[in-house]
Amino acid sequence: MQPRRNSRLNIHVQGWLLALPAIVLLASFTHIPAVVTVIDSFYSTPRGRVPSSFIGLDQYHAMLADPIFWKAFNNNLLYALITVPVAIALALGMALLVNGHIKGRTALRLAFFTPTILPMVAAANIWLFFYTSDYGLLNQIIRGMGFANVNWLGSTSTALWSLMAVTIWKEAGFFMIFFLAALQQVPPDLYEAARMENVGRWTVFRRITWPLVMPTTLFVAINALINAFRIVDQVIAMTGGGPNNASTLLLFYIYQVAFSFWDSSYAAALSTVLLLLLGGVALAQFYLLDRKIHYR
Amino acid sequence: MKSVVVRSVSKLWGEARAVDDVSFEVEEGTLAVLLGPSGCGKSTTLRMIAGLDQPSMGTIEIAGKDVTGLTGSSRGVAMVFQSYALFPHLTVADNITFGLSVRGTPKAETARRLDKVATLLGLGPLLARKPSQLSGGQQQRVALGRALIAEAPVCLLDEPLSNLDAQLRQELRHEIRALQQRLGITMIYVTHDQTEAMSMADRVILMRGGRIEQNGTPADLYERPANIFTARFIGGAPMSFLDLDGGRVLGLRSEDIVVDRTARSGIHATVTSVEYLGAEALVTCAIGERPVLARTRGAGAPAVGAQVGLGWEPSAAHVFDASSGKRLVIEHGEATISPFLLTTQSQGSY
Repeated sequence: MQPRRNSRLNIHVQGWLLALPAIVLLASFTHIPAVVTVIDSFYSTPRGRVPSSFIGLDQYHAMLADPIFWKAFNNNLLYALITVPVAIALALGMALLVNGHIKGRTALRLAFFTPTILPMVAAANIWLFFYTSDYGLLNQIIRGMGFANVNWLGSTSTALWSLMAVTIWKEAGFFMIFFLAALQQVPPDLYEAARMENVGRWTVFRRITWPLVMPTTLFVAINALINAFRIVDQVIAMTGGGPNNASTLLLFYIYQVAFSFWDSSYAAALSTVLLLLLGGVALAQFYLLDRKIHYR
Repeated sequence: MKSVVVRSVSKLWGEARAVDDVSFEVEEGTLAVLLGPSGCGKSTTLRMIAGLDQPSMGTIEIAGKDVTGLTGSSRGVAMVFQSYALFPHLTVADNITFGLSVRGTPKAETARRLDKVATLLGLGPLLARKPSQLSGGQQQRVALGRALIAEAPVCLLDEPLSNLDAQLRQELRHEIRALQQRLGITMIYVTHDQTEAMSMADRVILMRGGRIEQNGTPADLYERPANIFTARFIGGAPMSFLDLDGGRVLGLRSEDIVVDRTARSGIHATVTSVEYLGAEALVTCAIGERPVLARTRGAGAPAVGAQVGLGWEPSAAHVFDASSGKRLVIEHGEATISPFLLTTQSQGSY
């Protein structure tokens, strides 16, 4: 009895030891900071000789009255609502294109995927050049067509949209890979069965392809949604949230509050809100993926 | 009346001829089987009749009309795929009515036809299920239902039973044949299984290397094989071949050979192995060097090493030309074949 209990104990110890490096890393850089952030959001920011004190939900009340928070929140919502569907539609369209039997499709696949392998800051710099008002590529084209210059990143009406274009450009190629994999999972004789019924291409897409890639679409949509709320590097590199907070997004605002204004407690409260938001999206993902879309 | 007419059809993949100048006709309301080993061009021929592949040469007529340029339903053809090709996201009912729904058939009409097909195939209780919740045999029935609901005059089946176990295969074989006869539709059925072909077909079209080796009734293929290939391919146990003089080959089916255990009649042979199967036994005998397979009752099988006499009816002898492999017409009764047997010289293989 004794040796057997020992060996069982040993297995548990070994298991925990093997998991330990991952647990330590996750805990120290993800879980503990997250919990500390939530706790910090109920305290005031220590300033000079004034130590931090418990202030309950004051930060959250302040947040509700903070116009910049609402601006960032609405900007982010619009950002997600536009970039996610457009990137998905483009990704699926590109995947359908390069899944077909066309000449040079490997080159085309590579071309579509290239934006993904560029670092965000490099991509942002390329697009900065496109958007530059005097000699930028876009304005050169527009002038050539007889229109006036547009200050893409410097105008409140276009700054956010200009950022969205970069996100879509960068993400569509990445999502295409997922759709391409999904399309190649569809057995070709399903399409032959449809051909036997003389089904048009649009009907084939609507009745067969679209439902069969639905799990992938959902997976991509959730990830795109999470990404949309995590964008910060692009804002820093291209607009700095300006002009007049026209392109401020949630994470960028948190960054500003925490490291420009050094109001760490308010930043913690903002982070908590963002965390809840993303947690909700992740929960929706698990629920939908497990319950709503299953056909196999 | 001819339902399907295939005229000098060839299919080239680059240089290779998958189907090489194939012509045949299928009578309305009959079941024709395209039989042959894998790679013989039978599936390609079926796909060309379906309109999924276009012939490189030749024409196909269905119900008296040249159907070049038309596919599937528009040429009056439905198809059951080897993999069933059921839509995994649709219920059984939606799978079966898929073709009707894309053609905009009225709801009442669709429901009426679905009801009919479901009753015919016993699919009633399964209509709300998804394909993944069905057994292989049930999936096969759904695939069949999807082909039948179109009420197309011609139904094509591409190795429909190859993914099922032996028991189910036999059941569905009977069922498909019964359905075909009851509904009076024309069926073209592709298989590599000669038992399936022999038991179901009105006509068997045996193919090899993209060409037709023989086209006839199952009895034709069994009783009068047109060449050595057909003789070997059709039948339960492989046919035995013996060289005759004059460049001829004698083919004998194991079931036609009578084994005389007293060795007092027939050609002398030595038993080299016995495969006991219960009701019967497969006895391999050697006439000189040449093995001959005979079938006896399981209980009365001779022992290995025994001397036996082998005999057969003159009409059971199939004689082929050794170089071309073609069947030779011989007059039975005038002389028995046995005096011509060359039992001593070394013999080639067929």
